[in-house]
Amino acid sequence: MKIAVASGKGGTGKTTVATNLAWVASDRGHGVAYLDCDVEEPNGHLFLNPRISVSEPATRLVPEVDEAKCTYCGRCGEICQFSAIVCLGRAIVVNPDMCHACGGCKLVCPTGAITEVPREMGRIDRGDAAKVQFVRGLLNVGEAMSPPLIRKVLAAAPHTDLVLIDAPPGTSCPVIASLRGSDYVLLVTEPTPFGLHDLKLAVDMVRALKLPFGVVINRADSGDERTRAYCASNRIPILLEIPDDRRVAEAYSRGELACVGMDEYREAFANLLNRILEVAQSPRQTGMGA
Amino acid sequence: MKELVIISGKGGSGKTSVAASFAVLAQPAVIADCDVDAADLHLLMSPRINERHEFHSGHEAVIRQEDCIGCGACLAHCRFEAVVRMPTTFGSNSVCKDCEFCVRSCPVRVNEMIRAMRESSGYQGDEAAFYIDPVACEGCGVCVQFCPVQAIDFPECLCGEWMVSDTRCGPMVHARLGIAAENSGKLVCTVRREARRIAEERNHELIIVDGPPGIGCPVIASITGSDLVLAVTEPTPSGEHDLKRVVQLARHFGIPMAVCINKWDINEDMSARIETFCNEQSIPLAGKIRYDQALTRSQIQGQAVVEAEKHGAAADLRNLWAAISATLLQFSNHAA
Repeated sequence: MKIAVASGKGGTGKTTVATNLAWVASDRGHGVAYLDCDVEEPNGHLFLNPRISVSEPATRLVPEVDEAKCTYCGRCGEICQFSAIVCLGRAIVVNPDMCHACGGCKLVCPTGAITEVPREMGRIDRGDAAKVQFVRGLLNVGEAMSPPLIRKVLAAAPHTDLVLIDAPPGTSCPVIASLRGSDYVLLVTEPTPFGLHDLKLAVDMVRALKLPFGVVINRADSGDERTRAYCASNRIPILLEIPDDRRVAEAYSRGELACVGMDEYREAFANLLNRILEVAQSPRQTGMGA
Repeated sequence: MKELVIISGKGGSGKTSVAASFAVLAQPAVIADCDVDAADLHLLMSPRINERHEFHSGHEAVIRQEDCIGCGACLAHCRFEAVVRMPTTFGSNSVCKDCEFCVRSCPVRVNEMIRAMRESSGYQGDEAAFYIDPVACEGCGVCVQFCPVQAIDFPECLCGEWMVSDTRCGPMVHARLGIAAENSGKLVCTVRREARRIAEERNHELIIVDGPPGIGCPVIASITGSDLVLAVTEPTPSGEHDLKRVVQLARHFGIPMAVCINKWDINEDMSARIETFCNEQSIPLAGKIRYDQALTRSQIQGQAVVEAEKHGAAADLRNLWAAISATLLQFSNHAA
């Protein structure tokens, strides 16, 4: 089962929830993999402290033009929707940063002048953190597109009975790429106007993706009641409320997992896991009804 | 005219609260919310929307079912797993197990040949129907090009909208990306371009940009060509880690940078570490904001904290703004 942890707003506690869940699930005997899909700013390793056994470059394909064979017909530039290859008179300009690796230019080239060559976009690290199998992507600084690397992280998932996906913030392409193929989505929010506003965007997004989901409210006593009211009136299950506990913030600021040091949090995350497993099996309770 | 962009790497570190306070303190300035994925600044600025514009960007492949002959060329060429094959029915004596091997491997993608192969293997069912998952479609147009019967349309996508508004602090340009839509980088460019146009029109000296989290395309689109990047961080391992990546990013694009530490007093050791890092990298630490629940309270009231409070974090934000505006002024003097 693949559980993705997402949120519209950043900094609501995705990584806290995903890492604690991974740890608790492995503690309860599940085979667990944790995938850090926030490849722009991955943070899971700071809390899980994995031993990285394999670190390899991740590449995507970009076109290379053999100008000896090129007739400058311009068909590559015509098919490219991303201005990644442009034919200007008797010159071909390739802009690999813009390339989405669709392969169109190579397919349309009548003289076989275009080949696709791998270009490094980041790294994929694999290892283990105690009983949790750990995978993360790290996007090279200056690289614009994260979805190709996210797809590689997902493809590198080990075959465990539980896979936890730590998604990036927001609601656009990197998040969509991270959620693809998930069985359940946990939306982490905080009960502030920003948190609620972005939760609504995230709910619209997971509904568009037709994925079952539930909500975790972090720092639950810090804001107002509007988030709970919204969830209630939209029949969205709130699976866990994490109080605004200074000890949790302090553990976080030291790079520690709340559920390792504090029994009540281990209990809370174990309950969360059980509720997800329960709820994911009964489609009427998944927040998709409304 | 100067453009100040507030970013953070890590989400939730306080960009929008800082941007709103700056908008109040800097008047007159043009405000631009470039976190188009999850825009929140309008919740504090209560904009009165004057103009709404649709944001079209990119294309989306759509198969006309009545013209599709079910050859599967689109499926064979799509690299984004966006082509979905509908279940088909099979005769009970069929050798065909619907493995799609013929569709995927036919070198000439000739529909008649695939049909002949299927018929010879006892395939009796309906022609396979294909459709394109709009969420997964990358908009590359390869399937459109290679459809042998031109049964795939390629309309432009409506990806969201952008708005020009008035606020109590000045004009504001903001946007909303459509649900599960793409091209947030292009929308960011649109918002910045409009903000610049308005600043020129009204002779405003400053644009304050509330940026998105991360280091990818919308962030790159927000900072390239700007005059100063202010990175807001927090004294946690994630805050420190993400700040370092943002520093590299600003360097990569050659943009001057300053740092501020939000909630600096929740972990003073970590704050000291971040300060040392900034010194080593010769990045000015423009200010520190203490942990203060007034920030959440003012958010609930729909205000910038400097409007609601005089002391605490509000005072820190005033000092921060003084430091940032002095830096911007220096740049202007240099330029002059």
